[in-house]
Amino acid sequence: MNRTPEDPRIAHLVRLMSRRRVLQLGGLAGVGAVAAACGSGIGGSTASTSATPAPTNTDISDKEKIMNWSTWIDYIDVDKAGHRPTLDRFHRETGILVNYNEDYNDNNEFYAKVRTQLENGQPIGRDLITATDWMANIWIRKGYAQRIDLANVPNHANIGETWMNVAFDPTRAFTMPWMSGFAGLGWNKKLLLKATGKTEIKTLDDLWDPRLKGRVTILSEMRDTIGVTLMAMGKRADKFTDADFQAAIDLLQKKVDDGTIRQVTGNDYKTAMAAGEVIAAIAWSGDMLNDTNTYGFNIPESGGTLWTDNMLIPVLAAHKKNAEAWMNFYYQPDVAATVAAYVQYISPVKGAQDAMKKIDPTQVNNPAIFPDQKTLASVQVFMPLTDVQQASYSQKFAKLSGA
Amino acid sequence: MVAVLPSGGAKFEQARVGRRKSTPYLLLIPGLAWLTVFFLVPLFSLAQTSLMNARQPGNPDAGFLPGFNVANYSSAMQAYLEQYARSFEYAAMATVLALIIAYPLAYFIAFRSGRFKNFLLVLVVAPFFASFLIRTYAWRTILADDGFVTQFINNLGLLPDHRIIATPIAVVAGLTYNFLPFMTLPLYSSLEKIDVRLIEAAGDLYAKPFTGFRKVTVPLSLPGVVAGTLLTFIPAAGDYINAQLLGGPTDRMIGNVIDSQFIQIRDYPTAAAMSFVLLVTILVVVTVYVRRAGTEELL
Repeated sequence: MNRTPEDPRIAHLVRLMSRRRVLQLGGLAGVGAVAAACGSGIGGSTASTSATPAPTNTDISDKEKIMNWSTWIDYIDVDKAGHRPTLDRFHRETGILVNYNEDYNDNNEFYAKVRTQLENGQPIGRDLITATDWMANIWIRKGYAQRIDLANVPNHANIGETWMNVAFDPTRAFTMPWMSGFAGLGWNKKLLLKATGKTEIKTLDDLWDPRLKGRVTILSEMRDTIGVTLMAMGKRADKFTDADFQAAIDLLQKKVDDGTIRQVTGNDYKTAMAAGEVIAAIAWSGDMLNDTNTYGFNIPESGGTLWTDNMLIPVLAAHKKNAEAWMNFYYQPDVAATVAAYVQYISPVKGAQDAMKKIDPTQVNNPAIFPDQKTLASVQVFMPLTDVQQASYSQKFAKLSGA
Repeated sequence: MVAVLPSGGAKFEQARVGRRKSTPYLLLIPGLAWLTVFFLVPLFSLAQTSLMNARQPGNPDAGFLPGFNVANYSSAMQAYLEQYARSFEYAAMATVLALIIAYPLAYFIAFRSGRFKNFLLVLVVAPFFASFLIRTYAWRTILADDGFVTQFINNLGLLPDHRIIATPIAVVAGLTYNFLPFMTLPLYSSLEKIDVRLIEAAGDLYAKPFTGFRKVTVPLSLPGVVAGTLLTFIPAAGDYINAQLLGGPTDRMIGNVIDSQFIQIRDYPTAAAMSFVLLVTILVVVTVYVRRAGTEELL
């Protein structure tokens, strides 16, 4: 066995160097310097060299009791004083401090931010991210995700059955679900009543009510907006054709052009709705349901979409073991129930419903956290896309927001 | 005289002249190095990227290979001509508005403000103490649908959409506001340089005050107008923050498209081609403008 230097960063460099050098020298001898010089393109370098094993990291978890997490806003319990009780409890029990960064605003945006480092085999400074299924799929396929060491996560067995059977990670070797949720119709109760005299919105057509003109937004998350629209048109979100997709785009484009849709937004639709600019929207369930005094939420009669955000450890994360300790901690039913009671999204943790009896008995039968069969029958998971479909669909979808 | 000088002195003179000759070049080095590293190299890389081919057609995610794909330009232009046109339209409107607002302001500061001159100048620059983003966000609150400003203008029946945010009005207003100091400061500096005796002379020669203003003050302030319009128009045409935060989906500018192509679609060649077209178009517009306006006075 080689002795590696003490400093983990240097040790990492040494290992990286030796492997790279060997590969490079071999390549140069075989193909010649010209080929190597011409091979410099932009992007996708890992795709073409996917035979290379993903660089392994030096884990400094034991020396540095921290864990850097990039996740979405409003995604963990917060108490009145602004503290995050679950993170505090984790710190007390394990001594690990979680740097909780709400800098994951949008899947594409976050990926674009760290992509260059990933492609160049550099660490991105995060030990855990919360990526939606389709984005987690990209990370795993490109070798940007680390395999979870199951010895450190005995509670891995608590992943609910529904969540175990996913195509992009069949045994959940790389990801553990954080929360699932629905995309459907959300509204500001007071403003809706004032504008239309109605107390709820049930169909996508209700959203196009002329009295709501210019006070409606749709999500920039393509799968949710298009999924809900397809189902409102009588199509399926989990199986559709290019023509169906185009028809959904055309319908939405018409609503953008005639001024019905005010904006195509990320998570900030909630801020706009709080400020009174937006009355109704295609929205995410938890965002609306964690304040039922102000907001209302319905899965449209025609159906909504179901998505899952997953915890994933990026390559070269320096505190992998700490991230695994967090995953294991979160997968205790009482912890999961505590978080779910606050964020109002679907908990993927087995036993969370039982644990909820002690934490908040009023939430035990809340279909937003523990959906019943009827609710689940009304939602669909967006169809998996090929790379080419992903590219052409996002191009078309981007045009909807004017760019 | 020369004959009297000892030979050592002549050599000394020569050396000094030699050093003096090289000084300007030495002084240029930092600037040139800066421009090379941070302007020329990225510009070259941008040009190279704009001509790349997709490794797999229709799949930007697979990466790009160096090539000479001129079609990137035509397809980008075809798809986003509307946003290009809108960018120049909004930028032109903002520039004209900024000029209308800034000229009287600069005039007042230069000629009428007395001992408050420096204080007023600080006020003009004061917005820069807060971040561009935060100032633009603030306008969202100021112009909010149920806010006082919007309600007031709406009650006058001037708002067809009954709102300001997410309309072109908000975008142009935001651009005007954000670039106003860039218009005011050059105007002030050229107005302030005017020899007041020239204006007095116009009065002595029986010119009415307005004629004096038109025939003396305005022509002498033209260098400031040219500099101000350039400093406003160029960044406004490429801006995307205002359209992003204050505009709606039908008010997007070319900067938004470039942003979306880089970040969302990850189609780097298309984004680079669009950036290049924007760069060249602005260059052409500015060249024509400067030629017509004449900038000898500026230099």
